[in-house]
Amino acid sequence: MKQTFQKWFPPCLMLVMAMWFFGNLRTPPDKDFAFTEFGQLPVTANGRVQPLDSLARNALLQLREKQTLNLEPWKEWNENPKIISATEWLANVMMNPVVADGWPCFRVDNPDLISFLKLPEKNSAQHCDGKHYSWNQFAPMLEALDRENTRIQTNSLPSDRNAYENGVVKLRERLGVYQQLKNSVQPENAGDWKQELADYEKLIPAGAAAVRAQQAGEKYDEPAFNQFLGELERFDFMSRLEPPLVLPPQNPSGDWQRTGTALLNSAKGEPIPPAVQNYATLAGAFKNGDVASFNSALADYRSSLVPNFSRAMAHARAEVFFNQMEPFYNAMVIYVLAGLLAIFSWFNLSETLRRSAVWLVGLAFAIHTTGLIYRMVLEGRPPVTNLYSSAIFIGWGACLLGIILEKFYKNGIGAVVSSGIGFITLIIAHHLALEGDTMEMMRAVLDTNFWLATHVVAVTTGYASTFVAGFLALIYIVRGVFTKTLDEATGKSLARMIYGIVCFATLFSFVGTVLGGIWADQSWGRFWGWDPKENGALIIVLWNALILHLRWGGMIRERGLVVCAIGGNIVTSWSWFGVNMLGIGLHSYGFTEAAFKWLVLFVVSQLGFITLGLLPAKMWKSFSTRAN
Amino acid sequence: MLIKKIIRFFTSLKLTVTLLAFSIVLVFIGTLAQVDEGLYATQSHYFRQWLVVGVHFFGRQIPLILPGGYLLGTLLLANLLAAHIYRFQLSTKKIGIQLTHAGVMLLLVGQLVTDMLARETQMNFAEGETRNYSESATDYELIFVNGDEVTAIPAKMLKPGDVLTPEKTGLPFAVRVKSFWKNSDVTFRAPMMQNAPPVASNGVALNFDFRALPDEKTTDRKNIPTAVIELLGQNTPLGDWAVSDWSGDAPMAAGLQESYAEQIGPAMAQKIASQLTAPQSMEIDDKKFTFSMRPVRVSHPFSLTLLKATHTVYAGTDIPKDFRSRVQLQNPKTGENREVEISMNHPLRYDGLTFYQYQMSAGEMVERAGQTPSSVLQVVHNPSWLTPYIGCGLVAAGLVTQFMFHLVGFISKRKTK
Repeated sequence: MKQTFQKWFPPCLMLVMAMWFFGNLRTPPDKDFAFTEFGQLPVTANGRVQPLDSLARNALLQLREKQTLNLEPWKEWNENPKIISATEWLANVMMNPVVADGWPCFRVDNPDLISFLKLPEKNSAQHCDGKHYSWNQFAPMLEALDRENTRIQTNSLPSDRNAYENGVVKLRERLGVYQQLKNSVQPENAGDWKQELADYEKLIPAGAAAVRAQQAGEKYDEPAFNQFLGELERFDFMSRLEPPLVLPPQNPSGDWQRTGTALLNSAKGEPIPPAVQNYATLAGAFKNGDVASFNSALADYRSSLVPNFSRAMAHARAEVFFNQMEPFYNAMVIYVLAGLLAIFSWFNLSETLRRSAVWLVGLAFAIHTTGLIYRMVLEGRPPVTNLYSSAIFIGWGACLLGIILEKFYKNGIGAVVSSGIGFITLIIAHHLALEGDTMEMMRAVLDTNFWLATHVVAVTTGYASTFVAGFLALIYIVRGVFTKTLDEATGKSLARMIYGIVCFATLFSFVGTVLGGIWADQSWGRFWGWDPKENGALIIVLWNALILHLRWGGMIRERGLVVCAIGGNIVTSWSWFGVNMLGIGLHSYGFTEAAFKWLVLFVVSQLGFITLGLLPAKMWKSFSTRAN
Repeated sequence: MLIKKIIRFFTSLKLTVTLLAFSIVLVFIGTLAQVDEGLYATQSHYFRQWLVVGVHFFGRQIPLILPGGYLLGTLLLANLLAAHIYRFQLSTKKIGIQLTHAGVMLLLVGQLVTDMLARETQMNFAEGETRNYSESATDYELIFVNGDEVTAIPAKMLKPGDVLTPEKTGLPFAVRVKSFWKNSDVTFRAPMMQNAPPVASNGVALNFDFRALPDEKTTDRKNIPTAVIELLGQNTPLGDWAVSDWSGDAPMAAGLQESYAEQIGPAMAQKIASQLTAPQSMEIDDKKFTFSMRPVRVSHPFSLTLLKATHTVYAGTDIPKDFRSRVQLQNPKTGENREVEISMNHPLRYDGLTFYQYQMSAGEMVERAGQTPSSVLQVVHNPSWLTPYIGCGLVAAGLVTQFMFHLVGFISKRKTK
C-alpha cells in the first residue's frame, strides 16, 4: 500500500497541476458583448500587427502593472472586487470613454505626487485605495502636471531624477498612452460618432470648396468653412497623438493608417476607408449598450477582413491564445511548488517528495518550453530578442541544466536549481514586461536572425550556466553553514557539479562573446570596441577562466571553488543588467530604476554569502558535526 | 639559476591567475570610466596603454596604478607561449587545452596587429556626390593649398606657442600657433553685441567667435578642432587667422544655418553660413595660399557615388527598420563600373577595404525639411580581420574537445558505479 502510494503520488500530483494549467486555458464564453472576438481584431501598434487583446494587456501593464483592471481596488481580495478583462477595458476607452474615464486604471505610488495632484488618500468608505486613480481624478490638475513634467524634462537627465520626478514623468507617459487609445477609433470628445462621421462626409465637398475659395481670397461659405475646419482640428489632434494604426490597408501593398490621418486625408479628396465606418458602427452600438447590433457589426467587420487579412487574423488569434495561456506565469507557480517540495526532501530525505518535485519541475519546464517556442513562432525570431526574453531564456536554460544534474545525481539539488532559477528569472521577466510590448520590433542593426540565433543564444546560455554554478554554490553554503545536511558525499558531488558547469559556462560565454565580436566586425567593421556590454561579457569569460586556472593550479579546493562560483553570480548580473544602467554604449537599452535597487541588493546578498563561505570550517554546522 | 627563475616565473599558473584577475579589474574600471571619460579617451587611457596611472571609479578620481591593456596582453601572451614551450606534451588528453590556448594566443596577437595596423576612416556624402577619398573621424590636419601643391600639417604638431619654420613645413613662411582647441564651439558675432575682441584679425574670425569645448564623450559625436595661427613672412608678419573644421563641413554649416534661421530669418542665416564656409587665403610673393583645417584624408584609386540613401522605420513608429546606401562603384584602373547596395550587416568588401553603413540622414523627416539625403560609410582597412574568426574557431574546438573528455569520462564513471 505504502509502496503504491510512493510510486504513484508524484505523477498524480503532476497530473493535478497539469489539469489546473489546462483548466485555465479555457476562456469563459462572453455573456453579452463578444469581447473575445473584439480582442482578436488586428491593429498595428509598436510597428507590428497585433490583436487588440495584446494592445489592451500591454497598455494596462504600463498603466497599472497588471493585465486586468480591478474596478473596486479599495476592497480586499476576499470581498470579491469586480475585475474586468483588458479587452473590456479597452473597448470602453476606445468607444465609450465617458465610462472609462471614471475607472481607476492608473497606479500612482509616490506620496509626494499624490499630494501634488490633490488626490484622495486611502479611504475605503470613499472608494479609494490610495494607489489607483481614474482619468477624471487627474483632470483638474492636468495642466499643472504638464508644466511640472516639462520643467523636469528640460532641467534634468533621467539618471539624476528623484522618485517624485520619476513619478511625474511616468504618470505623464501613462496618461499619454491612455489618450492615444482614446483617440484611436474616434475623437475623444465624440458624441454620437456615427452621426458626426456621416455629417462630416456630407460636408466635405462644401467645406473643401469653402477653404479653396477662402485661400483664393474669394467669397466663401462661412458656416461650412468654420464647421469644416473645426472637424479637421479634431482629426489633426487625433493623428498628432500618434495612436495605434487601427485601419487595415485597402490593398495588400498599402500601409496601415490612423483614423485621424485617414480623416484628414479625406478632406483632400481621398475616400474614407471603410474600417472607419465599421468602427463607428461598433462604437455606436457599444455606447448604447446594444449587444445584438454590436456583435453583428463585429461579425460584419471580421468577415470583411477575411479576404485580405486571413493571415493577420490567424496570427492575432494565435497571439490572443498565447496571452490567455500565460505560460510563464503558470510555470512560475509550479516552479515555486516544486522548489519547496525539493527543499523539504533534503531534510527528511524522502524519496517521494524528491520525485514529486522532479515531476513538477518536468511539468513546469514543459510549459516554459511551450511558451518559449510559441513566442519564437509568433515573432518569427530566435528565442532572445530583448532583455525580457533573455530572462525567459536564461531561466529555461538553467532549468534544463538542473534537470540534467538531477538525472545524474538524484539528490534533489538539480530540482532546486531548476525551480529556483526558473522562478527568479520568470519574476524578473514579469517585471521587465511592465515596460510595454515584449514583442517589439528589432532595430535595424539587430535585424538579423543569424546573429541573434548564434551570438545572443550562446551568450545567454553562458549567463544561464554561470548562474547555475553560482546557485549550486549558494546551496553548498546554506546547507553547509546552517544545516547538518551537507555530508561529505553531497559536498563532493556539489563541487563536481560546480566545476563541470563552470567548464560549460566558459565554453558558451567565450564563444558567445567572440561571436558578438564577429557580428560587430560584420556590421561596424571593428571586432572589439570596449563597449560596456562587450566588456561585461568579457569579464564573465575571464572570471570563469580564472576559476578554472585557480582550480588546476590547486590554489583553491572545494570551498574556494564554491566561493568563486558565487562571484560568478555578481559578474553575470553586472553584465546582464549593470552595464545597461551606465546609460552609455551601444547596448544601453532597457533601463529601469527599480532594477538598479534590486541589482545592488543582489550583489550585496552575494557578497554576504561569500563572507559566509569564508567562515572557518568549525563554524559550519555540517563540518563541525562531520568531525565528530 | 636566474634563467630558471625567469622561466619558472613566466610558466607559472600563478602568473596566469594574477594576470586574469588584473584583467577583470582593468576591464571593470575601464567600463565604469566610460561614463566620465568617454569611450575614446577610455580606450587610450586604460586599454591601449602599458601603465594606467590614476583611474576614475564611480565618478571619483583615485590615485591608483594599474597594468594597462598592452602590458596585460603581452604578459599573458608570454605566459602562454612559455608554458607551451616548456610544458608541451602531445597527448590526446591535452589536445583540447592546446587548441584553446593556441586560439587565445591568435586572438591576442590579432588584436595587437589590428591595433597597430587597422585604419578607420569615414566617407560622408549626399545623394549624387562622388568621393574618391575617405576621412578620419578623429585626426585632423592643417592644409595649405597653392595651385596643385598641398602641404598638410598634422593637428598633433599644432602646439600653442610653437613656431613651425619654413624648413619644417616647406612653406615660404612660418606658422606660429597661437592656440589650438581639440574641440570647439562657434557662435556668430552679432554686429551690435561684440563684447570681446575677435580671436584673430582676419577672415572668418571677424564674423565668428570660436571657443574651446571639453572633448566629446560619446562615439556618435565628433570633436571639431579650431586653431588660431599667425603667418610670418621673412621680415613681416602676414596676419592671423582662425582655422576651424566648422568651416569645412557642409552639413555642419547647414545645421548652423538652420539653427539661426528661426532667430534672424532664412536669408540672413544663409549669408552667415556662407561667411563661415568661405575659403580663407593670403598672398605671398605672388603665390596664393588657401588654408583650412580638415580631417586627415585617405585617397582611394576608385570612387563611390551615392545614388540613393534609404532609411525606413516600422509603421507608425520611429524605430529604425533599415538603413541602406545604393552606390556606384567606379574604378578607372580595372574599368569596373557597377552598382552596389550597402546596408547594416551587409558591408562592401573591396580592394582590401570594407565599407560599412554607419550613419544616415534620410527618410521622411529629412525629405520634409527639404534636405538632400546623405549617408556616412565607415571605411575600415584591417589586414588581420580574419584572425578573430580563426581564433574563435580554435578556442571553441578546443573547449568542446576538453569538455567532451570530461563529460565522457564522467558518464562512464557513473555508469560503472
